[in-house]
Amino acid sequence: MKHVVKILSLLVAVSAFWIALLQAAIIPRSHTWLLPIYFVVSLGCYGLLMVGIGLMQFPTCPREAVLLQHDITEAKDFLSANGVDVRSD
Amino acid sequence: MADEKENIGDKKYKYSIIIPTYNERLNIAIIVYLIFKHLRDVDFEIIVVDDGSPDGTQDIVKQLQQLYGEDRILLRARAKKLGLGTAYIHGLKYATGDFVVIMDADLSHHPKYLPSFIKKQLETDASIVTGTRYVKDGGVHGWNLMRKLTSRGANVLAQTLLWPGVSDLTGSFRLYKKLVLEDVISSCVSKGYVFQMEMIVRASRKGYQIEEVPITFVDRVFGTSKLGGSEIVEYLKGLVYLLLTT
Repeated sequence: MKHVVKILSLLVAVSAFWIALLQAAIIPRSHTWLLPIYFVVSLGCYGLLMVGIGLMQFPTCPREAVLLQHDITEAKDFLSANGVDVRSD
Repeated sequence: MADEKENIGDKKYKYSIIIPTYNERLNIAIIVYLIFKHLRDVDFEIIVVDDGSPDGTQDIVKQLQQLYGEDRILLRARAKKLGLGTAYIHGLKYATGDFVVIMDADLSHHPKYLPSFIKKQLETDASIVTGTRYVKDGGVHGWNLMRKLTSRGANVLAQTLLWPGVSDLTGSFRLYKKLVLEDVISSCVSKGYVFQMEMIVRASRKGYQIEEVPITFVDRVFGTSKLGGSEIVEYLKGLVYLLLTT
């Protein structure tokens, strides 16, 4: 099935659960009404947290830039010695 | 080191490496040199799909053909800039390998990772092996904080909405079983980096086994191409499109 159908089914299931909670009044209705808001805010906070953590742990590779320069020099030497034009214009 | 050479280069498999180019006269020569350096015992061909570069890229490719052989380097050019997706489709027509590698010509994708792609595929029999920049042994160089932020934000959003099963959705350094690439590419219609996302998401939905290998990405181009508001809008539109149609 299409991915969006999966997500919508999940939302429908969660909504049904929420409506059932409203009907059953196990939790005071005033709290239950606010649950969707709590959910959305939590999701937003989780997203921001993931972005922040990912940003802090973002893998970098400065050494690779240096290694690349060596490779470029090595390549240019070999190629120009073997008849390939290595000017960049 | 000697072990690596014996394990990779299973001589019965051939690898077709498709490289779309536009104005890459120096980079294509360096890339070809590095591919030959790192795939010494492997049966492969390089297919250069050049979109009528005005800087003479095709002349350089012809010189490379003199040096390395016309059977190892195929020049399959097109008249003008026609887009990445169609470049792959064009190159695929001439590919005679069992596997197809796609990579960029600007040296952001280093050929030294090709053996690890091949090895991973042989170990797992995966349909697709994709390079990821966002894991511990991978990495990016040349991005400022803003660029990293948008990249990370875009990734989190895509992961939340699409559940793609890979950590690097927009990467374009990948190895495909040839039949798998033919199957997936025929159902993709997007352009640019959304195209790369669409490929991997559709493949994931079709149930193809996808493995990842860490790669490092040295971006020497970023400074010239800014990430503006219109790119962000394009990306969001792409996400919604993928959400609804895959």
